[in-house]
This record gives sequence, structure tokens and C-alpha cells, in this order.
Amino acid sequence: MMSTLIDALLLQMGYNATLVAVGAALLGAASGITGTFLFLRKRALVSDAVSHATLPGVCVAFLILVGLGGDGRNLAALLLGSALSAGLGLWCMNWLTRNTRLAEDAAIGAVLSVFFGFGIVLLTVIQTLGVGRQAGLEGFLLGSTAGMLYADALVIATGGAAVLILILLARRPMTMVAFDPEYAAARGLPVGRIDMLMMGLVMAVTVVGLKVVGLILIVALLIIPPVTARFWTERADQVVILSGVLGAVAAYLGAALSASAPNLPTGPIIVLMSFALFALSLLIAPNRGVLAAVRRHRRFQKRVHLRQGLLALAQDQIIYEPLTLRLLAQSGFARADGVATQSGRRRAAKALRDEMRWDILRRDQAQEAAAALYDGLREIETVLTPDQIAAIDRKIGSPREV
Amino acid sequence: MQLSLAKQSKQTAEEAAQATSPLAIRGLTVSYGEKPAVFSVDMTVMPGQMTAIIGPNGAGKSTMLKAALGIVAPVSGRVQVFGRPLDHQRGRVAYVPQRASVDWDFPTRVIDVVMMGLYRDLGLLGRIRASHRRIARDCLDRVGMGEFAGRQIGQLSGGQQQRVFLARALAQGADLYLLDEPFAGVDAATEKAIIGVLKMLRAEGKTVVVVHHDLATVRDYFDNVFLINTRKVAEGPVETAFTAETLQAAYGGRLATAQIDQIATSA
Repeated sequence: MMSTLIDALLLQMGYNATLVAVGAALLGAASGITGTFLFLRKRALVSDAVSHATLPGVCVAFLILVGLGGDGRNLAALLLGSALSAGLGLWCMNWLTRNTRLAEDAAIGAVLSVFFGFGIVLLTVIQTLGVGRQAGLEGFLLGSTAGMLYADALVIATGGAAVLILILLARRPMTMVAFDPEYAAARGLPVGRIDMLMMGLVMAVTVVGLKVVGLILIVALLIIPPVTARFWTERADQVVILSGVLGAVAAYLGAALSASAPNLPTGPIIVLMSFALFALSLLIAPNRGVLAAVRRHRRFQKRVHLRQGLLALAQDQIIYEPLTLRLLAQSGFARADGVATQSGRRRAAKALRDEMRWDILRRDQAQEAAAALYDGLREIETVLTPDQIAAIDRKIGSPREV
Repeated sequence: MQLSLAKQSKQTAEEAAQATSPLAIRGLTVSYGEKPAVFSVDMTVMPGQMTAIIGPNGAGKSTMLKAALGIVAPVSGRVQVFGRPLDHQRGRVAYVPQRASVDWDFPTRVIDVVMMGLYRDLGLLGRIRASHRRIARDCLDRVGMGEFAGRQIGQLSGGQQQRVFLARALAQGADLYLLDEPFAGVDAATEKAIIGVLKMLRAEGKTVVVVHHDLATVRDYFDNVFLINTRKVAEGPVETAFTAETLQAAYGGRLATAQIDQIATSA
């Protein structure tokens, strides 16, 4: 098992597995990049409706192919059918949100369930008819790369490349519309048409990826990579690129893994790979990650407790909070029983004096901007010059001993 | 005969004013559903001056601005910018939307937002050059935000966000500036910075139109007022159009009479 996996990862599992892995990686990159714009525009779930709306098209195309005397295995024709019905689904969604009082989420739900339901009915009918080589059809649900042909990989590669070129051309207007649609409209950008282009690209990626990942899970390829990439950067252009890389890596790993063992469905494995990258980022990302947030909160809490503790020491108040006592002791400002040390007394006096300085500063109309920076923690030296502090000190009088 | 001549000359004078006006609106009606938010409004903005659009909450101030910019489609009415339809003049109009209209957690830096103002110069594929960066930097400096260029926008305070929006509009190098509540909920430093920039624009001969809510500062800040409450209530120089009567007409019972008297007389 392990050695087959390594072989698969290193593209040494033979022609077919290599084809699958490379094809999947291309698809992962294209969907990660396309999905970023969807994610930034906050319309991620639209892609779920689009993908589910492909099923009736696939089935109808299959029936037509069989009716024409074929075995129904022409991928290009099936994808054309899926694109037509996905387009119809998209049009229905737009029509519903524009012409009725339905919100977009309701329209998504309606289109998704109706189209998918109709598709499943058609699928059942096809199975009962027992015509053509229908085994391939179920692969459209959850993805299958078994028996992927060179021509199939070529379809993915061409479709993915076309999508990427269009995105390169439209990235600026799409980013502008995603960030501030009203401003974009005021600049004369055709916001409606740009949104349409974005949805068209999503549709293209969905259709192209249908065979590999399956229509139920393709939404994950569009959404998880940008969400993961967002953890690592604060710039839209970097989210786009990183999301493409993450999508490619997850798809490549997933495809290789599923090729290394019989009967592992490709789509779900790719999604799990993608999720693993997401979970890792959620934990360890430097700024937006959970661990970083916890660490930041701890540090903040420590500053608050120390400051409050020092002010209490300065005013000879008894400190009851165990955390405050512990932190004061750790910093060497107080003994375990709460009695201030030499350095603790010095720092406490300074803290109290700073509070008095702030107090005077905040009463001064002319210093409104500086006074607004007061939050109980900020050092007054970061706001005022030594001269200004000296001027305030003259108003307070001589330093008081604690 | 005489009468019709006089009428004719009055008409041509009005047409001339419209032809030169940076923003001329005629018979504008905008509606959400079947309730007009703005009804049959005319407006002629004076070139090179600062005009405040004033009215109570829900009076259609922002809606009128958005319709003038083509952001919302009007039910009826005509908008002309410097004597021509808006679509021919997009490059000359800059818009500063309300701060709350965007998601400030969007992954972008301050400088990138300002760079959006240069969208027309950049085009679809044009590379961002040093000259573009310099313009964006200059605009940030003008609003006192130069040192924040590399910050993520989510780290800014409300007032700083507002100034970044203004810098983005400045980057366009437009002739007409339309601002939607730029002073709403900002700190004193920001208000000072923004009004300073707007006055500078006026000194450069640009035209500024501001949806404004703070009646106390109208006299200090603006040359003209446009009072609206679904319909136009008054339009003209502050001295003549910003009076106790017009305020009463626009706000009705929503302002106490004493309050109105105080605002209208405090010069």
C-alpha cells in the first residue's frame, strides 16, 4: 500500500495514473483560482447549485447519444449537456432573485434540489432502460478517474487553460466588484455582466471537473482552497495564487492516493486532502489561525492583569484574583502573598502616575486626538513627547511616594 | 408675444446653466418597490462650489446620489454631467461611498484600495508602475494616511477607512466629487482632514457634492445646500436656502422649532 502510494505520488504508476494525477492537479488549480473570486464576492454557495444543476443535462445528453445509436460514452457531448443544464439553473437562480422576493439563498435551495431531483429521476430511468454503457454515469456523482482517457485529460487541460486566461483578463474588474460593487458601478463597470462572467467561469470549472470530482463535491474544490489561502495572506492577489497552488496540491495528492488503492473514490479523497490543508492552516496560520489568536488573547490578558495589579499595589488595595497574583509574582513585582517587591513598588508608582497623567490629558480639549488613544494599557510615552509629559507633571506636582 | 419671448429667454438661460453644470438632474424619480424614495427631483449643481445635500433620515439623499451615478436605475428622469450623459463623463466623476457599504475584512491593503481609483489608467492588463504607486501615495498623503499604505484595511479605525475612500476618489483626478455621508461617525481629526481636502479641491476649481447630516456644520463647510425630503424642498446658497422655513419644511416635526431657529440663525 505504502509503496504504491509513493509510486503514485512520484508519477510512477504507469501512464493512466500519471494522467489522472496531472489532470486532477490542473483542475485543482483552475477551480482554486476561480473559486477565490466567488469566495471574495461572498457567493460561494451559488456554485453548489450550479454543480447540482448539471445532472439532468448529463442524463439527457446520455439519452440522446444512446438514441442516436452510440454507447453514451462521449465525454465532450455529456459535458456539453451538463453545461447547458447548469446554465439553465444559473439563469433560473438569477431570474428568481431578480423578479421575485426570494433571497439568493432560497433561490439556491430551490434550484439545487429541483435540478438534482430531476437528474436522479432521469438516472433511475436510464438504469431501468438498461441501455448504453451507463456505468460511467454514476461517476458523475462522486467522481471517478478509473478509465480516464487521454482525451478526457485534454478536455480538462484545455478547459482549465481557457478559464485561467479569462481570469487573467478580468481579475481587476472582478476584484473591484467583489470589494465594492457600488463604487465599481459608479466607475461605469458593468457589474451585472462581470458577475455573469464570474458565474460562467465557475460553471466552466464545474463542468470540466465533473468527471474527476463529481458534481456533489466540486463545490469543495471551489471553496476550500480560497478559504485556506485566506488564512495566510491579507492580499487578494496572493489569495488567488495561493488558492490555486493549494487546490492543485490537494487534487494531486487525492488523485494519487485514490489511484494507489482500488475502489477509493477520487472526489471524496481530494476533498479530504483539501480539508487537511484547511485544518492545518486554521490551526497554525500566523495571524488568523486559532493558535495565534489564543496566544494573542493570552498576552493581552496578561497585560491587563499586570496593569490592574500594579495599580492595586500602588493604592494598597488587596488583590483577590489568583491570575493577577500569579502574574505579578512571575514578573517579580510581588511576592506570592501579594506584597509588592522593590521593583514592583517602583512600577506601581509609575503606573499610578501615568494614570494621573492620562487623566489630565483627557481633560485637555486641545489634545483630543492623543487622548482618544487611551485604553488603559497604552504607555503614555508612545503618545506624548518627554516635554509634554514634563508639562503635565508640573500640573500634578511632585512625585508621590508609595 | 412679449410674454413668450421672456419665457423663451428664461428657458435658454436655464438650458445654459444646465449645459455648464457639473451635475444637472431633471425629473428624477427613484423607487424601491412601489414607494418612491425620491420623487421628481430637479437639481443644478454650481461649478467650483461645495454643495450639501440635506434632509431627514430616509429622505432619499443617498438614493438620489446613487441614481445620479447610475448605481441604482431610476424610474424616470435625466442626469447630465458637464452637459453630457453620465456614460460619456465617467472619468470626470469620483464617488466616495458610505464606509459601511463594504466588508473591511476583505483581503486588501490600503494602497491597493487607492490603486482602484487608477483603474482606468491601468486597464485590464496594464502593469502597475512606479508612477501609479506615486500617485496613490500622494493621495494618501493628502488625506494624512501616508504611513498606513501597507496596512490591511481591517486594521483601520472608522475615520481612517473614510479617508482611504477619499484618497481612492482623489486618485481618479476627477472634476466632480460626490460623497455619501463622509463625516458620519468619524473622529475630529478625520473630519478636519476631510474638510481640508474638500476645500482644497474647491480651490482647484473642482465641484464637491456631499450628503451631509450634521446641520451644525453646514454654514462652516458649504456654499450651497439642497434640501430634500422625497421631493426637493429648497436649493441655493446657504444664506438664502438654509433658513428656518426651509428646514421646517424639510424636517417637519422632526426638529424642535428652537433647534431650527438656533441652526438657521447661528452664522
